[in-house]
Amino acid sequence: MNDIITTQSLTKCYDSLVAVDHLSMQVEEGEIFGFLGPNGAGKTTTIRMLVGLTTPTEGSATIKGYDVRKEIINVKRCVGVVPETSNLYNELTVWENLRFMAGMYHVPKNERVNRITSLLKTFGLADRKGAKFGGLSRGLKRRATIAAALIHRPDILFLDEPTSGLDVMSARSLRNFLKDLQETGVTVFLTTHYIEEADQLCDRIAIIVKGQIIAVDTPENLKANVQGTFVIEVAFTSPVEPKNLEELEAYGKVEAKDNTLWIQVTDVSKSLKALTSFADDHGLEVVYMNTLKPSLEDAFVKLTGVESEVMLMEKERRGGSA
Amino acid sequence: MIRDELEGVWHILLKDLKAYYFKPPNISWGILFPLVLALAFTLRNPAGLADLAPGLIAMAALFGTTSMEAIVITFEKRVGALERLIMAPVSLTTILVGKVLGGAVFGLVIAGVMTLISLLFLNVAITYPILFITVLILTVLAHSALGALVAVSVKEVFEAQTLSNYFRFPMVFLCGVFLPVEAMPVPIQVVAHLLPLTYSVDALRQTVIGNLNQLVVLRDVAALALFLTAFLMLATRLLKKSLE
Repeated sequence: MNDIITTQSLTKCYDSLVAVDHLSMQVEEGEIFGFLGPNGAGKTTTIRMLVGLTTPTEGSATIKGYDVRKEIINVKRCVGVVPETSNLYNELTVWENLRFMAGMYHVPKNERVNRITSLLKTFGLADRKGAKFGGLSRGLKRRATIAAALIHRPDILFLDEPTSGLDVMSARSLRNFLKDLQETGVTVFLTTHYIEEADQLCDRIAIIVKGQIIAVDTPENLKANVQGTFVIEVAFTSPVEPKNLEELEAYGKVEAKDNTLWIQVTDVSKSLKALTSFADDHGLEVVYMNTLKPSLEDAFVKLTGVESEVMLMEKERRGGSA
Repeated sequence: MIRDELEGVWHILLKDLKAYYFKPPNISWGILFPLVLALAFTLRNPAGLADLAPGLIAMAALFGTTSMEAIVITFEKRVGALERLIMAPVSLTTILVGKVLGGAVFGLVIAGVMTLISLLFLNVAITYPILFITVLILTVLAHSALGALVAVSVKEVFEAQTLSNYFRFPMVFLCGVFLPVEAMPVPIQVVAHLLPLTYSVDALRQTVIGNLNQLVVLRDVAALALFLTAFLMLATRLLKKSLE
């Protein structure tokens, strides 16, 4: 596979703030590459530098061999961008928006109607083509924005938080679409704060914190970072304070909700025996017990020290927008 | 390559006219503004309107272009729609030329209404119509570029309006709309010659009234072209800087 995106010490500073700090990476042609990180990690700034919306302070980047500093028009020809906020024109209809984008991206005139019709069909917007963009629901706006980004058949599609603010069905349908799109040879570069989404969708994930990539790998290899760590999910007949379990050896972090506990362990069989003894000693009955494999979330927490809940809370506080 | 850029200009122009300018409230304002302007001056001084008409036409062009132009660009910056244009494979100059043309077309409509009112109701006759139209087109282009420059310099719509007024209202009084520039004190004359409306009013007056001084009109046309180029270059530079 060829590298379709490369960055070398890519850096963006806003006065004294270093938003992206000497970021070097390669994205292979045809893969779905995910940027995972908390708010303010530099995910959006990186995309903005790659698509010409902001100038790098230092370093270099190429898209399909074109230098983003010197050949930005060529870069723009081969990328489609879906920003976090759907930013088509509220006063124009869906059809007019797509026709405008086709014109701006120099789609041959005799192909425009066919391409627009086909995209409207693909995204389930055919019956809303005459509706003003401003009057669409958030999910439909998202779909129309993605359709607009694909009008010139780009080699790379950048999506900034693509499922943010979408309902479950719309988000699932979008993920399925991105998988289908990948099969047509399009490289997908997305940022997300949904760890499960990155796990399901991405061939490789870069974890970015404070403007620096701290790990890049496949979801499976990232999970291997926490190999040897398991979680035992155990439910008792009555609640147990997590601190009561800390006296037992072999237990790591313990979380509790109602009567259920999630306990990080390294030696599963030893821990299961210890838990059974603990239940007997305290007159508790085990309702069920289950051993879970390490998740990408565990890997993320281990690598970044940032709890995934914190990422979601930050995002909700800002408000998802489409 | 140039063809792609021209195509970009064309699509931005059409999009802006449809999405912003040719909306019923804007069209009605475009007709009402010159109508009220003409009526106000007719009531005040019915005899001297033929002299005043070129200044009123220039003023209609100034307000028609700058008022909407500044709002459209600032609004698009705010909602992220300007970024949509910046992401397209066209230069920043192309984007701004498209924007300036949108404002210019709207300004031309308003100045056109004012011209029609002058011709039909104020007994004004245009002696050199082709030259008049040329000057009017340059006037709306230069002032629309001024509106674009203001818009890229600020963040909020209300800031654009306030900043525009800093230019517009002094221009109305300094640039010969009501009082000939030559009748003003010398320091004010110097200031007046740094403002584009002075050249618009002077050239429009000469083409309407007929005592044409070719050299002076040529100077006026050259000055307006220079203002247009300078405003456009400055606006492009500021827009580029905002991406840094």
